[in-house]
Amino acid sequence: MRLRRKRAKIRAFRKHFSLTPVINRTDRIKPGDVLLFSTMRDEHIRLPYFLRYYRELGISHFLIVDNDSTDGGGEYLAAQEDVSLWSTKSSYKRARFGVDWLNWLQGKYGHGHWTLVVDPDEFFIYPFCDTRPIRALTDWLDTSQVKSFGAMLLDMYPKGRIDAVPYQPGQNPMEIAAWFDPGNYIIEKNKFYGNLWIQGGPRARVFFPDNPKKAPALNKTPLVKWDRRYAYESSTHMILPRGLNLTYDEWGGEKASGILLHAKFLDTFTLKAAEELTRRQHYSGSVEYKAYAELVKDNPELWCKWSEKYINWRQLEILGLMSKGNWA
Amino acid sequence: MSVGIIMLVHTAFGRAEQVARHWAASGCPLVIHVDKAVPRKTYNAFVQALSDMSDVRFAPRHRCEWGTWGLVAATQGAAEIMLRDFKAVRHVYLASGSCLPLRPVQELIDYLGKRPHTDFIESATTADVPWTIGGLDQERFTLRFPFSWRKNRYLFDKYVALQRLVRFKRRIPNGIVPHMGSQWWCLTRQTLSAILEDPDRRVYDRYFSKVWIPDESYFQTLARQYSRQIESRSLTLSKFDYQGKPHIFYDDHLQLLRRSDCFVARKIWPFADRLYEAFLTDQASAMKRTEPNPGKIDRIFAKAVERRTRGRPGLYMQSRFPVEGRENGLTCAPYSVFEGFSDLFENFQPWLARMTGMRVHGHLFAPERAEFSDGQTVMNGALSDSAALRDYNPRAFLANLIWNTRGERQCFQMGPRDVLTDIEWDIVRDPNAQVSVISGAWAVPLFKSNANFSDIRREAALLQRIESKHLEVLRSQWIKARVRIWTMAEFIEAPMEPLQTIIDEIGQQNLRGLAEVPRMADLTGFGQFLQNLKNQGMHPYVMGDFPVEQGMNEPQSNPRKPYLVR
Repeated sequence: MRLRRKRAKIRAFRKHFSLTPVINRTDRIKPGDVLLFSTMRDEHIRLPYFLRYYRELGISHFLIVDNDSTDGGGEYLAAQEDVSLWSTKSSYKRARFGVDWLNWLQGKYGHGHWTLVVDPDEFFIYPFCDTRPIRALTDWLDTSQVKSFGAMLLDMYPKGRIDAVPYQPGQNPMEIAAWFDPGNYIIEKNKFYGNLWIQGGPRARVFFPDNPKKAPALNKTPLVKWDRRYAYESSTHMILPRGLNLTYDEWGGEKASGILLHAKFLDTFTLKAAEELTRRQHYSGSVEYKAYAELVKDNPELWCKWSEKYINWRQLEILGLMSKGNWA
Repeated sequence: MSVGIIMLVHTAFGRAEQVARHWAASGCPLVIHVDKAVPRKTYNAFVQALSDMSDVRFAPRHRCEWGTWGLVAATQGAAEIMLRDFKAVRHVYLASGSCLPLRPVQELIDYLGKRPHTDFIESATTADVPWTIGGLDQERFTLRFPFSWRKNRYLFDKYVALQRLVRFKRRIPNGIVPHMGSQWWCLTRQTLSAILEDPDRRVYDRYFSKVWIPDESYFQTLARQYSRQIESRSLTLSKFDYQGKPHIFYDDHLQLLRRSDCFVARKIWPFADRLYEAFLTDQASAMKRTEPNPGKIDRIFAKAVERRTRGRPGLYMQSRFPVEGRENGLTCAPYSVFEGFSDLFENFQPWLARMTGMRVHGHLFAPERAEFSDGQTVMNGALSDSAALRDYNPRAFLANLIWNTRGERQCFQMGPRDVLTDIEWDIVRDPNAQVSVISGAWAVPLFKSNANFSDIRREAALLQRIESKHLEVLRSQWIKARVRIWTMAEFIEAPMEPLQTIIDEIGQQNLRGLAEVPRMADLTGFGQFLQNLKNQGMHPYVMGDFPVEQGMNEPQSNPRKPYLVR
């Protein structure tokens, strides 16, 4: 385990040479700030709302790796006062889907901070997020001596065809992709890393009903009180040292947990899926995208009669998708 | 006669200053203790910030680590200054920097003024209350605790174990009876000075300095020695979670705190601007008093602790994934499993749905797909009927189904044709399951079928083998489910009785008995059918003994009554 962690750190170090700083405003980071780390490629259309959402939660600084965007997203980010930007033209896949880059940036700038690692289509929800800033959560985690906070990926999708309503810049994507699967998640424990392996949701239901093992993992640990010795092992699904993966209770109780609303299935998706298929930069030979491309061609409807429309975190709490734990 | 405030501060100095000014504005003198761990620069800045106030003193600094003597020493030092410098003080209130007065300070002064000899200190003997965490209740007074629980957990545990091993026991000085309670108290000058000026104080101090968490027992115990009148409750609202850490109050607790009957709340999140704004105002702009309802606060925090320690039974999710045996309920609600009934009765499912109002599914574990009720392909919770998805994790499938349909009892069919092996143990270990079996009823569809007899024979042999294995599971000693097994022969002797029992147990308000009976398949010739199987060397035994001839025992020989008359 130690070796694995070291290996991840070494990879991060090697891969960081491919990062070119575009603008580095990390000197503005103050102690106690909650930092957001992200990688993106051609996501300009999503950025305005993404930044606004996380600024409102109380993120103080964004550290972003731009993987060769051509849609002007890089320039847009560089112009933001609270963003530090790096760019790279190297392979997303060979940087283990961006993990290596971010591991390095987190080690360098995130040490001692609470760090949130999310993709531009992921929106972090935690208990009381409508009334308490993210700092309240991290302070509480600090006093509870908890170092990592789990948040399951919840795939959101629109009613009707995925490409029916075009997404506008600055728009809340959950206005379009307002629906989710409330109760078809499958959990197994990964005995090796100690994390839970969660699958299910619309992707398992629609894209992988005959081959569930291939369905994408939904477990994530995006919020961590970072230490320079830590390393994400596979996306934010697993982290080393292993103790950080224990974001769940095994004795019958519930720990506090959040949700990452995954607004992947917008009209931009159909295009993206086709592009990713040619780029082949995603997990296990982009098997996921192959399956999408197949189905998306003829019937891109994920909605079903039992889909639930998103209201707020309390709804997710009642459904048992996330938990307040002992935070009240 | 006024109230003096001792304030223990270690962080959030801006807020501490705000609160200090608030107390002082109502004429309360303050003695402030700042943790020694705070850097000198911060400390000096804080002292500087409060230098314009005349009735503020700073106590000698001690290192205050949770659960150690430093907190008591700090309080003692501050209390001595308070009693020495402010002669008019009658009550001394111990508060922290993250405490927030909930009611106008004048109200507190008046309240205490009316009770000049009462000490407000929560104080109970360890034998009587289960407050303690970690199992150290009486032992915290009889063992020595030189190691920090936070920093040297290993040494702490080992040293406790060692002392237990050698049966070490400290003598409690002067036969005092240890009491415990909230560390936030309000004592009268008389009691407090008696404690501080006790000729035996050195003895007590030495003893308590090695007690675990002395700040919750030192004053609580000694106040019992001197107080004229103890009211064993704290005037500070302070809720603790299951690890003994205080719950924190945020902006969204505003309405809740307004309904508290306590004078002071702890602990407040330093960035809870709205709370500080709302409560740190002068009396004129303070909000109208609302009817106190402290029970509501208690409930909310008790529920939070329960959520953390026991969770929601039957829920498996990202932050609740119990190991086997600790599930506190494999599923969240009772459900019924019927085996053989839909084979024996032609219209069993619609009948059952009509009779009980349950959601009646077909064979949920059928090899082709999960047969949800009404032929649906997706069920509550967007649960798919795909057999592959279901068999990928059948246990999650069942737990999800029961969880998703909370409030509506579920019921489904099972039989030897289904994919049983991965789920049967989960069902029989589940106290929520009600399993009713007519063994051997699987032969009825075979009997009715038009297949070649050799195929029937093969199929029957297979199903019988599966079912007898399954029956072994159902009869194992580990079962927690409510299991009832009838052989088919037994069952058709008097079918209504068992049906009535099952339905009664499901507990629908069908008190007048079953108004309608399900239609049983025509079994004429079934005995002969079984005999034919026997003649082929395949002895069917799970269904019990059927006479070969159409005898008087055959229930089908009498025309069936369509309605049960009572």
